[in-house]
Amino acid sequence: MSANPIQVRDLHKYFGELEVLRGIDFEVAAGEVVCVIGPSGSGKSTLLRCVNRLEEPTSGTILIEGEDITDPEANIDQLRAKIGMVFQQFNLFPHLNVLRNLTIAQRKVLGRSDDEANQVAAAMLERVGLSDKIDEFPARLSGGQQQRVAIARALCMNPDMMLFDEPTSALDPELIGEVLDVMRTLADEGMTMMVVTHEMGFAHNVADRVVFMDGGVIVEDGPPDQVLGNPQHERTRKFLRAVAQAEE
Amino acid sequence: MVATTRAARPWWKRVGLGRLAMYVVLVLIVLLFVFFADFEKIQRNFFDWETIERMFPDVITIAAKNTVIATVLTFAIGLVLALLLALMKRSTIGPYRWFASGYIELFRGLPALITLILVAFGLPIAFGWDIPGGRLGQGVIGLSLVAAAYMAETIRAGIEAVPRGQMEAARSLGMSRANAMAFIILPQAFRIIIPPLTNEFVLLIKDTSLFFVIGTTPASRELTKFARDFMTDARNATPLTVVAVLYLLITLPLTAMVRRLERSASRGKR
Ligand SMILES: Nc1ncnc2c1ncn2[C@@H]1O[C@H](COP(=O)(O)OP(=O)(O)OP(=O)(O)O)[C@@H](O)[C@H]1O
Ligand SMILES: [Mg+2]
Repeated sequence: MSANPIQVRDLHKYFGELEVLRGIDFEVAAGEVVCVIGPSGSGKSTLLRCVNRLEEPTSGTILIEGEDITDPEANIDQLRAKIGMVFQQFNLFPHLNVLRNLTIAQRKVLGRSDDEANQVAAAMLERVGLSDKIDEFPARLSGGQQQRVAIARALCMNPDMMLFDEPTSALDPELIGEVLDVMRTLADEGMTMMVVTHEMGFAHNVADRVVFMDGGVIVEDGPPDQVLGNPQHERTRKFLRAVAQAEE
Repeated sequence: MVATTRAARPWWKRVGLGRLAMYVVLVLIVLLFVFFADFEKIQRNFFDWETIERMFPDVITIAAKNTVIATVLTFAIGLVLALLLALMKRSTIGPYRWFASGYIELFRGLPALITLILVAFGLPIAFGWDIPGGRLGQGVIGLSLVAAAYMAETIRAGIEAVPRGQMEAARSLGMSRANAMAFIILPQAFRIIIPPLTNEFVLLIKDTSLFFVIGTTPASRELTKFARDFMTDARNATPLTVVAVLYLLITLPLTAMVRRLERSASRGKR
Protein backbone atom coordinates (compact mmCIF):
# COMPACT_ATOMS: atom_id res chain seq x y z
CA MET A 1 0.00 0.00 0.00
CA SER A 2 1.35 3.41 -0.80
CA ALA A 3 -0.58 6.06 1.11
CA ASN A 4 -0.77 9.58 -0.22
CA PRO A 5 2.17 11.75 0.91
CA ILE A 6 -0.07 14.60 2.13
CA GLN A 7 -3.14 13.69 4.16
CA VAL A 8 -5.13 16.28 6.07
CA ARG A 9 -7.94 15.14 8.33
CA ASP A 10 -10.57 17.27 10.03
CA LEU A 11 -8.19 20.20 10.34
CA HIS A 12 -9.36 23.15 12.42
CA LYS A 13 -7.42 26.33 13.03
CA TYR A 14 -8.37 29.24 15.25
CA PHE A 15 -6.66 32.60 15.52
CA GLY A 16 -8.01 33.61 18.90
CA GLU A 17 -11.79 33.58 18.50
CA LEU A 18 -11.64 33.48 14.72
CA GLU A 19 -12.07 30.01 13.19
CA VAL A 20 -10.07 30.24 9.96
CA LEU A 21 -10.09 26.55 8.99
CA ARG A 22 -13.33 24.78 9.76
CA GLY A 23 -12.74 21.10 9.17
CA ILE A 24 -10.52 20.46 6.17
CA ASP A 25 -10.17 16.96 4.74
CA PHE A 26 -8.03 16.38 1.72
CA GLU A 27 -5.11 14.48 0.27
CA VAL A 28 -2.48 14.96 -2.37
CA ALA A 29 -1.18 11.92 -4.22
CA ALA A 30 2.47 11.43 -5.14
CA GLY A 31 3.31 13.41 -8.26
CA GLU A 32 0.00 15.22 -8.17
CA VAL A 33 -0.30 18.98 -8.70
CA VAL A 34 -3.12 20.57 -6.72
CA CYS A 35 -4.02 24.21 -7.15
CA VAL A 36 -5.88 25.90 -4.30
CA ILE A 37 -8.03 28.88 -5.26
CA GLY A 38 -10.48 31.03 -3.36
CA PRO A 39 -11.24 34.56 -2.24
CA SER A 40 -8.97 36.55 0.04
CA GLY A 41 -9.22 35.50 3.66
CA SER A 42 -10.68 32.07 2.86
CA GLY A 43 -7.80 30.32 4.64
CA LYS A 44 -5.65 29.15 1.71
CA SER A 45 -2.35 30.37 3.17
CA THR A 46 -3.26 29.10 6.61
CA LEU A 47 -3.94 25.62 5.22
CA LEU A 48 -0.64 25.60 3.34
CA ARG A 49 1.27 26.85 6.37
CA CYS A 50 -0.30 24.18 8.58
CA VAL A 51 1.04 21.50 6.22
CA ASN A 52 4.62 22.34 7.24
CA ARG A 53 3.56 23.57 10.67
CA LEU A 54 4.51 27.20 10.21
CA GLU A 55 1.07 27.49 11.82
CA GLU A 56 0.11 25.23 14.69
CA PRO A 57 -3.17 23.42 13.89
CA THR A 58 -5.77 23.75 16.63
CA SER A 59 -7.09 20.23 16.02
CA GLY A 60 -6.99 17.48 13.43
CA THR A 61 -4.17 15.45 11.97
CA ILE A 62 -1.74 16.07 9.15
CA LEU A 63 0.21 13.09 7.85
CA ILE A 64 3.30 13.73 5.75
CA GLU A 65 4.44 10.47 4.21
CA GLY A 66 2.58 8.69 6.97
CA GLU A 67 4.12 10.69 9.83
CA ASP A 68 1.86 12.82 11.99
CA ILE A 69 3.48 16.25 12.04
CA THR A 70 1.11 17.50 14.75
CA ASP A 71 2.69 14.98 17.10
CA PRO A 72 4.88 16.93 19.53
CA GLU A 73 7.41 14.07 19.33
CA ALA A 74 7.83 14.43 15.57
CA ASN A 75 11.17 15.78 14.36
CA ILE A 76 9.71 18.82 12.70
CA ASP A 77 13.02 20.04 11.26
CA GLN A 78 13.63 16.77 9.41
CA LEU A 79 10.05 16.78 8.17
CA ARG A 80 10.24 20.37 6.98
CA ALA A 81 13.40 19.63 5.01
CA LYS A 82 11.29 17.23 2.93
CA ILE A 83 8.69 19.92 2.22
CA GLY A 84 9.87 22.78 0.04
CA MET A 85 8.06 26.08 0.54
CA VAL A 86 7.95 29.10 -1.75
CA PHE A 87 6.56 32.37 -0.44
CA GLN A 88 4.78 35.27 -2.10
CA GLN A 89 7.53 37.67 -0.95
CA PHE A 90 10.38 35.28 -1.98
CA ASN A 91 12.03 35.65 1.47
CA LEU A 92 15.56 35.21 0.19
CA PHE A 93 18.22 35.93 2.81
CA PRO A 94 19.37 39.44 1.84
CA HIS A 95 22.72 39.26 3.65
CA LEU A 96 23.84 36.16 1.74
CA ASN A 97 24.64 35.88 -1.95
CA VAL A 98 22.73 33.45 -4.15
CA LEU A 99 25.17 30.60 -3.61
CA ARG A 100 25.09 30.95 0.18
CA ASN A 101 21.29 31.26 0.10
CA LEU A 102 21.26 27.86 -1.56
CA THR A 103 23.88 26.16 0.59
CA ILE A 104 23.26 27.30 4.16
CA ALA A 105 20.42 24.91 4.95
CA GLN A 106 22.10 22.06 3.08
CA ARG A 107 25.07 22.41 5.40
CA LYS A 108 23.20 23.10 8.64
CA VAL A 109 20.30 20.67 8.18
CA LEU A 110 21.55 17.90 5.91
CA GLY A 111 25.15 18.13 7.08
CA ARG A 112 26.47 18.26 3.52
CA SER A 113 30.08 19.26 2.94
CA ASP A 114 30.83 22.62 1.31
CA ASP A 115 31.78 20.88 -1.94
CA GLU A 116 28.66 18.81 -2.11
CA ALA A 117 26.41 21.73 -1.17
CA ASN A 118 28.03 23.93 -3.82
CA GLN A 119 27.56 21.26 -6.48
CA VAL A 120 23.90 20.78 -5.63
CA ALA A 121 23.39 24.56 -5.59
CA ALA A 122 24.98 24.96 -9.02
CA ALA A 123 22.83 22.17 -10.43
CA MET A 124 19.59 23.65 -9.04
CA LEU A 125 20.47 27.14 -10.25
CA GLU A 126 20.93 25.68 -13.70
CA ARG A 127 17.50 24.08 -13.43
CA VAL A 128 15.91 27.50 -12.92
CA GLY A 129 18.13 29.07 -15.57
CA LEU A 130 20.14 31.39 -13.32
CA SER A 131 23.64 29.91 -13.32
CA ASP A 132 25.13 33.30 -14.14
CA LYS A 133 23.69 34.88 -10.96
CA ILE A 134 25.46 32.59 -8.50
CA ASP A 135 27.53 35.39 -6.92
CA GLU A 136 24.87 38.11 -6.92
CA PHE A 137 23.07 39.36 -3.85
CA PRO A 138 19.26 39.05 -3.88
CA ALA A 139 18.71 42.83 -3.96
CA ARG A 140 20.36 42.94 -7.39
CA LEU A 141 17.93 40.45 -8.94
CA SER A 142 14.53 41.12 -10.49
CA GLY A 143 11.47 39.79 -8.67
CA GLY A 144 11.14 36.94 -11.12
CA GLN A 145 14.78 35.99 -10.70
CA GLN A 146 14.46 36.17 -6.92
CA GLN A 147 11.50 33.82 -6.96
CA ARG A 148 13.35 31.37 -9.21
CA VAL A 149 16.29 31.45 -6.77
CA ALA A 150 13.82 30.80 -3.94
CA ILE A 151 12.52 27.75 -5.83
CA ALA A 152 16.09 26.56 -6.40
CA ARG A 153 16.83 27.05 -2.70
CA ALA A 154 13.92 24.80 -1.77
CA LEU A 155 14.94 22.21 -4.38
CA CYS A 156 18.45 22.02 -2.91
CA MET A 157 17.00 20.12 0.04
CA ASN A 158 15.74 17.38 -2.31
CA PRO A 159 12.18 17.82 -1.09
CA ASP A 160 9.56 15.19 -1.79
CA MET A 161 6.91 17.86 -2.20
CA MET A 162 6.63 21.60 -2.76
CA LEU A 163 4.22 24.17 -1.35
CA PHE A 164 3.73 27.47 -3.21
CA ASP A 165 1.85 30.37 -1.59
CA GLU A 166 0.90 32.79 -4.38
CA PRO A 167 4.39 32.62 -5.89
CA THR A 168 3.62 35.15 -8.63
CA SER A 169 1.35 37.61 -6.82
CA ALA A 170 4.17 40.02 -5.93
CA LEU A 171 5.57 40.06 -9.47
CA ASP A 172 5.22 42.54 -12.29
CA PRO A 173 3.05 40.97 -15.01
CA GLU A 174 5.92 40.54 -17.45
CA LEU A 175 7.91 38.48 -14.90
CA ILE A 176 5.14 36.02 -14.02
CA GLY A 177 5.75 33.80 -17.04
CA GLU A 178 9.33 32.85 -16.19
CA VAL A 179 8.32 31.67 -12.71
CA LEU A 180 5.31 29.73 -13.98
CA ASP A 181 7.56 28.07 -16.58
CA VAL A 182 9.88 26.80 -13.86
CA MET A 183 6.89 25.50 -11.89
CA ARG A 184 5.44 23.83 -14.97
CA THR A 185 8.74 22.03 -15.59
CA LEU A 186 8.78 20.86 -11.98
CA ALA A 187 5.25 19.54 -12.36
CA ASP A 188 6.19 17.72 -15.57
CA GLU A 189 9.11 16.10 -13.78
CA GLY A 190 6.65 14.57 -11.34
CA MET A 191 7.03 16.80 -8.25
CA THR A 192 4.18 16.64 -5.76
CA MET A 193 2.89 20.21 -5.56
CA MET A 194 0.33 22.27 -3.68
CA VAL A 195 -0.05 25.70 -5.25
CA VAL A 196 -2.14 28.56 -3.91
CA THR A 197 -2.61 30.82 -6.91
CA HIS A 198 -4.78 33.33 -8.70
CA GLU A 199 -3.32 32.27 -12.08
CA MET A 200 -6.33 30.49 -13.55
CA GLY A 201 -4.45 29.66 -16.75
CA PHE A 202 -1.79 27.82 -14.77
CA ALA A 203 -4.43 26.03 -12.71
CA HIS A 204 -6.23 24.99 -15.85
CA ASN A 205 -3.23 23.75 -17.81
CA VAL A 206 -0.93 22.34 -15.16
CA ALA A 207 -3.04 21.22 -12.20
CA ASP A 208 -4.31 17.67 -11.87
CA ARG A 209 -6.85 18.90 -9.38
CA VAL A 210 -8.26 22.26 -8.35
CA VAL A 211 -9.54 22.92 -4.85
CA PHE A 212 -11.85 25.87 -4.25
CA MET A 213 -11.91 27.18 -0.67
CA ASP A 214 -14.26 29.68 0.87
CA GLY A 215 -14.86 30.65 4.48
CA GLY A 216 -12.44 28.07 5.87
CA VAL A 217 -13.92 25.02 4.13
CA ILE A 218 -13.30 23.23 0.85
CA VAL A 219 -16.31 23.98 -1.30
CA GLU A 220 -15.31 22.13 -4.42
CA ASP A 221 -12.53 19.70 -5.28
CA GLY A 222 -12.03 18.07 -8.67
CA PRO A 223 -10.28 18.10 -12.03
CA PRO A 224 -9.66 21.58 -13.47
CA ASP A 225 -12.11 21.13 -16.32
CA GLN A 226 -14.85 20.47 -13.83
CA VAL A 227 -14.08 23.01 -11.10
CA LEU A 228 -13.08 25.82 -13.45
CA GLY A 229 -15.16 24.87 -16.49
CA ASN A 230 -18.32 23.50 -14.97
CA PRO A 231 -18.47 24.41 -11.26
CA GLN A 232 -21.22 22.76 -9.25
CA HIS A 233 -21.55 25.41 -6.56
CA GLU A 234 -22.85 28.93 -6.80
CA ARG A 235 -20.00 30.25 -4.60
CA THR A 236 -17.44 28.83 -7.04
CA ARG A 237 -19.22 30.34 -10.03
CA LYS A 238 -19.39 33.72 -8.31
CA PHE A 239 -15.67 33.64 -7.50
CA LEU A 240 -14.70 32.65 -11.04
CA ARG A 241 -16.87 35.41 -12.50
CA ALA A 242 -15.17 37.95 -10.20
CA VAL A 243 -11.71 36.71 -11.23
CA ALA A 244 -12.62 36.84 -14.92
CA GLN A 245 -13.91 40.39 -14.50
CA ALA A 246 -10.78 41.50 -12.65
CA GLU A 247 -8.60 40.15 -15.44
CA GLU A 248 -10.33 42.20 -18.14
CA MET B 1 3.71 84.69 -5.01
CA VAL B 2 6.44 84.57 -2.40
CA ALA B 3 9.04 84.63 -5.13
CA THR B 4 7.75 87.82 -6.77
CA THR B 5 7.47 89.91 -3.58
CA ARG B 6 10.76 88.67 -2.28
CA ALA B 7 13.13 90.77 -4.33
CA ALA B 8 11.08 93.90 -3.78
CA ARG B 9 11.19 93.72 0.02
CA PRO B 10 13.96 95.56 1.91
CA TRP B 11 16.77 93.41 3.31
CA TRP B 12 15.77 93.68 6.98
CA LYS B 13 12.36 92.30 6.15
CA ARG B 14 13.85 89.53 4.07
CA VAL B 15 16.12 88.39 6.86
CA GLY B 16 13.25 88.58 9.32
CA LEU B 17 13.17 90.58 12.55
CA GLY B 18 13.59 87.53 14.79
CA ARG B 19 16.71 86.37 13.03
CA LEU B 20 18.05 89.91 12.97
CA ALA B 21 17.62 90.17 16.73
CA MET B 22 19.51 86.92 17.22
CA TYR B 23 22.42 88.17 15.14
CA VAL B 24 22.55 91.40 17.15
CA VAL B 25 22.66 89.45 20.42
CA LEU B 26 25.40 87.24 19.07
CA VAL B 27 27.54 90.20 18.05
CA LEU B 28 27.01 91.82 21.47
CA ILE B 29 28.10 88.67 23.29
CA VAL B 30 31.22 88.36 21.19
CA LEU B 31 32.07 92.05 21.77
CA LEU B 32 31.51 91.76 25.52
CA PHE B 33 33.75 88.71 25.64
CA VAL B 34 36.49 90.39 23.65
CA PHE B 35 36.42 93.56 25.76
CA PHE B 36 36.11 92.11 29.20
CA ALA B 37 37.76 88.70 29.10
CA ASP B 38 41.19 88.51 30.63
CA PHE B 39 43.00 86.63 27.88
CA GLU B 40 46.14 86.27 29.82
CA LYS B 41 44.27 84.68 32.69
CA ILE B 42 42.40 82.38 30.37
CA GLN B 43 45.60 81.32 28.77
CA ARG B 44 47.29 80.71 32.11
CA ASN B 45 44.38 78.66 33.39
CA PHE B 46 43.34 76.66 30.37
CA PHE B 47 46.27 76.64 27.98
CA ASP B 48 49.30 76.64 30.21
CA TRP B 49 52.09 75.29 28.04
CA GLU B 50 54.24 74.10 30.88
CA THR B 51 51.42 72.01 32.35
CA ILE B 52 50.68 70.54 28.95
CA GLU B 53 54.29 69.51 28.56
CA ARG B 54 54.34 67.86 31.97
CA MET B 55 51.19 65.85 31.18
CA PHE B 56 52.83 64.08 28.28
CA PRO B 57 53.50 61.26 27.75
CA ASP B 58 51.54 59.87 30.73
CA VAL B 59 48.23 61.29 29.59
CA ILE B 60 48.55 59.09 26.50
CA THR B 61 50.46 56.06 27.73
CA ILE B 62 48.44 55.70 30.92
CA ALA B 63 45.22 57.70 30.87
CA ALA B 64 44.09 57.56 27.24
CA LYS B 65 45.22 53.95 27.02
CA ASN B 66 43.18 53.00 30.09
CA THR B 67 40.13 54.83 28.79
CA VAL B 68 40.29 53.03 25.46
CA ILE B 69 40.99 49.62 26.99
CA ALA B 70 38.22 50.04 29.56
CA THR B 71 35.75 51.15 26.89
CA VAL B 72 36.56 48.31 24.50
CA LEU B 73 36.38 45.68 27.26
CA THR B 74 33.16 47.13 28.67
CA PHE B 75 31.61 47.20 25.22
CA ALA B 76 32.66 43.63 24.41
CA ILE B 77 31.48 42.14 27.70
CA GLY B 78 28.33 44.27 27.64
CA LEU B 79 27.53 43.15 24.10
CA VAL B 80 27.80 39.45 24.95
CA LEU B 81 25.61 39.91 28.04
CA ALA B 82 23.17 42.02 26.02
CA LEU B 83 22.84 39.36 23.35
CA LEU B 84 22.08 36.76 26.02
CA LEU B 85 19.50 39.05 27.62
CA ALA B 86 17.87 39.88 24.29
CA LEU B 87 17.55 36.18 23.43
CA MET B 88 16.23 35.42 26.92
CA LYS B 89 13.68 38.18 26.58
CA ARG B 90 12.39 36.52 23.40
CA SER B 91 12.49 33.03 24.88
CA THR B 92 9.38 30.87 25.08
CA ILE B 93 10.41 29.94 28.62
CA GLY B 94 8.75 32.30 31.08
CA PRO B 95 11.42 32.49 33.82
CA TYR B 96 14.08 33.46 31.25
CA ARG B 97 11.86 36.28 30.02
CA TRP B 98 11.14 37.47 33.54
CA PHE B 99 14.78 37.41 34.52
CA ALA B 100 15.78 39.40 31.43
CA SER B 101 13.02 41.98 31.96
CA GLY B 102 13.90 42.33 35.63
CA TYR B 103 17.58 42.73 34.85
CA ILE B 104 16.99 45.34 32.18
CA GLU B 105 14.60 47.38 34.33
CA LEU B 106 16.92 47.19 37.34
CA PHE B 107 20.13 48.30 35.67
CA ARG B 108 18.49 50.95 33.54
CA GLY B 109 16.73 52.29 36.60
CA LEU B 110 19.80 52.56 38.85
CA PRO B 111 22.36 55.34 38.45
CA ALA B 112 25.51 53.84 36.94
CA LEU B 113 27.44 55.24 39.92
CA ILE B 114 25.48 53.03 42.31
CA THR B 115 26.19 49.94 40.22
CA LEU B 116 29.89 50.76 40.10
CA ILE B 117 30.06 51.19 43.87
CA LEU B 118 28.08 47.99 44.40
CA VAL B 119 30.44 45.99 42.21
CA ALA B 120 33.62 47.47 43.66
CA PHE B 121 32.65 47.50 47.34
CA GLY B 122 29.39 45.61 47.75
CA LEU B 123 30.39 42.35 46.07
CA PRO B 124 33.63 41.83 48.03
CA ILE B 125 31.77 42.40 51.28
CA ALA B 126 28.86 40.17 50.34
CA PHE B 127 30.79 37.29 48.80
CA GLY B 128 34.27 37.72 50.12
CA TRP B 129 35.98 37.85 46.73
CA ASP B 130 37.25 40.60 44.49
CA ILE B 131 36.66 40.95 40.80
CA PRO B 132 40.02 40.45 39.07
CA GLY B 133 41.79 43.27 37.29
CA GLY B 134 41.87 45.64 40.23
CA ARG B 135 39.91 48.89 40.18
CA LEU B 136 39.92 49.01 36.41
CA GLY B 137 38.52 45.48 36.23
CA GLN B 138 35.79 46.33 38.71
CA GLY B 139 34.91 49.44 36.78
CA VAL B 140 34.72 47.45 33.56
CA ILE B 141 32.46 44.79 35.07
CA GLY B 142 30.23 47.34 36.77
CA LEU B 143 29.80 49.40 33.64
CA SER B 144 29.24 46.34 31.41
CA LEU B 145 26.37 45.30 33.64
CA VAL B 146 24.76 48.67 32.97
CA ALA B 147 25.65 48.79 29.27
CA ALA B 148 24.22 45.28 28.77
CA ALA B 149 20.81 46.45 29.94
CA TYR B 150 20.72 49.25 27.35
CA MET B 151 22.22 47.25 24.51
CA ALA B 152 19.86 44.32 25.15
CA GLU B 153 16.93 46.54 24.22
CA THR B 154 18.78 47.73 21.11
CA ILE B 155 19.51 44.17 20.02
CA ARG B 156 15.92 43.13 20.67
CA ALA B 157 14.68 45.99 18.52
CA GLY B 158 17.10 44.90 15.79
CA ILE B 159 15.84 41.31 15.92
CA GLU B 160 12.27 42.54 15.71
CA ALA B 161 13.11 44.73 12.73
CA VAL B 162 14.03 41.67 10.65
CA PRO B 163 10.93 40.67 8.64
CA ARG B 164 9.04 37.63 9.97
CA GLY B 165 9.38 35.92 6.60
CA GLN B 166 13.10 35.45 7.21
CA MET B 167 12.55 33.18 10.20
CA GLU B 168 9.76 31.37 8.35
CA ALA B 169 11.92 30.79 5.27
CA ALA B 170 14.76 29.44 7.41
CA ARG B 171 12.44 27.16 9.38
CA SER B 172 10.71 25.93 6.22
CA LEU B 173 14.13 24.75 5.01
CA GLY B 174 14.38 22.66 8.16
CA MET B 175 16.73 24.91 10.11
CA SER B 176 16.33 24.82 13.88
CA ARG B 177 15.30 27.97 15.74
CA ALA B 178 18.82 28.37 17.08
CA ASN B 179 20.45 27.97 13.66
CA ALA B 180 17.99 30.34 12.04
CA MET B 181 18.65 32.90 14.77
CA ALA B 182 22.43 32.57 14.53
CA PHE B 183 22.86 32.50 10.75
CA ILE B 184 19.82 34.31 9.36
CA ILE B 185 18.26 36.68 11.89
CA LEU B 186 21.17 37.99 13.98
CA PRO B 187 23.46 38.93 11.06
CA GLN B 188 20.65 41.04 9.64
CA ALA B 189 19.71 42.46 13.05
CA PHE B 190 23.28 43.56 13.76
CA ARG B 191 23.52 45.27 10.42
CA ILE B 192 20.45 47.30 11.35
CA ILE B 193 21.75 48.28 14.79
CA ILE B 194 25.35 49.22 13.98
CA PRO B 195 24.56 52.97 14.29
CA PRO B 196 22.87 52.75 17.74
CA LEU B 197 25.58 50.37 18.95
CA THR B 198 28.27 52.82 17.87
CA ASN B 199 26.39 55.52 19.76
CA GLU B 200 26.42 53.28 22.81
CA PHE B 201 30.18 52.92 22.40
CA VAL B 202 30.60 56.70 22.39
CA LEU B 203 28.48 56.95 25.55
CA LEU B 204 30.68 54.30 27.18
CA ILE B 205 33.84 56.24 26.41
CA LYS B 206 32.43 59.08 28.46
CA ASP B 207 30.98 56.81 31.13
CA THR B 208 34.40 55.40 31.97
CA SER B 209 34.97 58.79 33.63
CA LEU B 210 32.68 57.52 36.40
CA PHE B 211 35.42 55.11 37.48
CA PHE B 212 36.77 57.87 39.74
CA VAL B 213 34.15 56.99 42.39
CA ILE B 214 35.73 53.63 43.10
CA GLY B 215 39.18 55.13 43.46
CA THR B 216 42.19 54.29 41.36
CA THR B 217 45.86 53.54 41.60
CA PRO B 218 48.26 55.76 39.62
CA ALA B 219 48.55 53.09 36.95
CA SER B 220 44.81 52.54 36.53
CA ARG B 221 43.74 56.16 36.05
CA GLU B 222 41.63 56.92 32.99
CA LEU B 223 41.47 60.36 31.36
CA THR B 224 39.10 62.15 33.72
CA LYS B 225 40.72 60.96 36.93
CA PHE B 226 44.11 61.73 35.47
CA ALA B 227 43.03 65.28 34.69
CA ARG B 228 41.59 65.84 38.17
CA ASP B 229 44.77 64.61 39.83
CA PHE B 230 46.86 66.77 37.58
CA MET B 231 44.71 69.82 38.25
CA THR B 232 45.31 69.67 41.99
CA ASP B 233 48.96 69.37 41.23
CA ALA B 234 49.25 72.11 38.59
CA ARG B 235 46.74 74.48 40.24
CA ASN B 236 45.16 75.36 36.92
CA ALA B 237 42.52 73.92 34.57
CA THR B 238 44.78 73.12 31.64
CA PRO B 239 44.58 69.33 32.21
CA LEU B 240 40.84 69.58 31.55
CA THR B 241 41.48 71.22 28.20
CA VAL B 242 43.93 68.53 27.25
CA VAL B 243 41.69 65.58 28.09
CA ALA B 244 38.69 67.32 26.54
CA VAL B 245 40.61 67.48 23.28
CA LEU B 246 41.60 63.84 23.66
CA TYR B 247 38.00 62.75 24.32
CA LEU B 248 36.89 64.63 21.23
CA LEU B 249 39.66 63.09 19.17
CA ILE B 250 38.20 59.68 20.02
CA THR B 251 34.48 60.46 19.91
CA LEU B 252 34.17 62.82 16.94
CA PRO B 253 35.34 60.33 14.30
CA LEU B 254 32.96 57.77 15.76
CA THR B 255 29.94 60.08 15.73
CA ALA B 256 30.84 61.11 12.19
CA MET B 257 30.86 57.43 11.29
CA VAL B 258 27.42 56.94 12.86
CA ARG B 259 26.05 59.81 10.80
CA ARG B 260 27.47 58.30 7.63
CA LEU B 261 26.07 54.87 8.49
CA GLU B 262 22.65 56.29 9.24
CA ARG B 263 22.60 58.23 6.01
CA SER B 264 23.59 55.22 3.93
CA ALA B 265 21.03 53.10 5.80
CA SER B 266 18.21 55.53 5.03
CA ARG B 267 19.39 55.70 1.41
CA GLY B 268 19.33 51.91 1.23
CA LYS B 269 15.71 51.82 2.35
CA ARG B 270 14.46 54.11 -0.36
N1 LIG C 1 -1.34 35.21 12.30
C1 LIG C 1 -2.65 35.53 12.22
N2 LIG C 1 -3.28 36.04 13.28
C2 LIG C 1 -4.60 36.35 13.23
N3 LIG C 1 -5.37 36.18 12.14
C3 LIG C 1 -4.79 35.67 11.04
C4 LIG C 1 -3.41 35.33 11.02
N4 LIG C 1 -3.11 34.84 9.81
C5 LIG C 1 -4.25 34.89 9.09
N5 LIG C 1 -5.27 35.39 9.83
C6 LIG C 1 -6.65 35.55 9.39
O1 LIG C 1 -7.11 34.30 8.93
C7 LIG C 1 -7.93 34.44 7.79
C8 LIG C 1 -7.41 33.60 6.66
O2 LIG C 1 -6.15 34.08 6.26
P1 LIG C 1 -5.29 33.43 5.09
O3 LIG C 1 -4.06 34.20 5.01
O4 LIG C 1 -5.19 31.97 5.31
O5 LIG C 1 -6.23 33.71 3.84
P2 LIG C 1 -5.88 33.54 2.32
O6 LIG C 1 -6.96 32.68 1.74
O7 LIG C 1 -4.50 33.08 2.13
O8 LIG C 1 -6.08 35.01 1.76
P3 LIG C 1 -5.21 35.81 0.68
O9 LIG C 1 -5.72 35.43 -0.66
O10 LIG C 1 -5.51 37.24 1.01
O11 LIG C 1 -3.77 35.46 0.88
C9 LIG C 1 -7.96 35.92 7.48
O12 LIG C 1 -9.16 36.45 8.00
C10 LIG C 1 -6.77 36.48 8.21
O13 LIG C 1 -7.04 37.80 8.63
MG1 LIG D 1 -2.71 33.98 1.40
